Amino acid sequence: MGIFGHFMNLKAVYLHWGWLQISVTNLIIILSMLAIFVLALTLPFPQDKEGKK
Amino acid sequence: MSNSEKELWTAKLRGAWQRNLPIEKLLPDTQPAYVSSWIYTFGVLTLSSLGVIIASGLVLAFEGPSWYHVSNVGYFVNSLHFWSVQFFFIFMVIHLWGKFWMAAWRGRRMATWMTGGVAFVASIATAFTGYLVQTNFDSQWISFEAKDGFNSVGVGAWFTVTNLGQMLLLHVAFLPLILGVLTILHVLLVRAKGVVPPIDAFDTEKKAKGARK
Repeated sequence: MGIFGHFMNLKAVYLHWGWLQISVTNLIIILSMLAIFVLALTLPFPQDKEGKK
Repeated sequence: MSNSEKELWTAKLRGAWQRNLPIEKLLPDTQPAYVSSWIYTFGVLTLSSLGVIIASGLVLAFEGPSWYHVSNVGYFVNSLHFWSVQFFFIFMVIHLWGKFWMAAWRGRRMATWMTGGVAFVASIATAFTGYLVQTNFDSQWISFEAKDGFNSVGVGAWFTVTNLGQMLLLHVAFLPLILGVLTILHVLLVRAKGVVPPIDAFDTEKKAKGARK
């Protein structure tokens, strides 16, 4: 599986707050989704030259 | 309503279909100007991911674990199936966030909202049964933890997570069928009702008309 196999077999790092537990990977994914959501609302949508979208 | 529509269920169904979803609405060639935003792409991204999930799932179903747990191409298709599920959920959740904040159930779109919500729950169930049928130590762990959970709410004797045959058939046959029907209904409803306008669209339109006079 090569170099990716090494990284994918590492132990996950978990963050704990009492009963709540989440892996760092999962947290990064959720934060990225929030960032994508904000970008989807704010980034301009391409238009053609006549201004039609 | 024509005479035949009053009598025959086929004529009634045809009439209802033609009134609610004519071919121009089913396959439109224009879209409202407000749809020009990236947030509106997440529905089709979810659908595309679902297409890859189904295609890779069909290959896995026909070839079986002696292929997808052994050969390199089998590993690849297995991974494709897994990763397309991850992207399916990412895109579907962002689609849900957008639809919630734009109150997409407005304008008699309750059915669209509800088919979407039930499809979300059905896809969680489908993904869960998928995790159960990996036939590795992970799935053994998941099934034994889940068994305690389902027993505690009294459904453990019926939804037997350690029964690989039951979970596999639910994952490959029953749940994808449910999800497929819900997805098709959801997309047809979006076509029939149109994409929901932004929350202030009508006020803005009135102001624009007032300014033009």
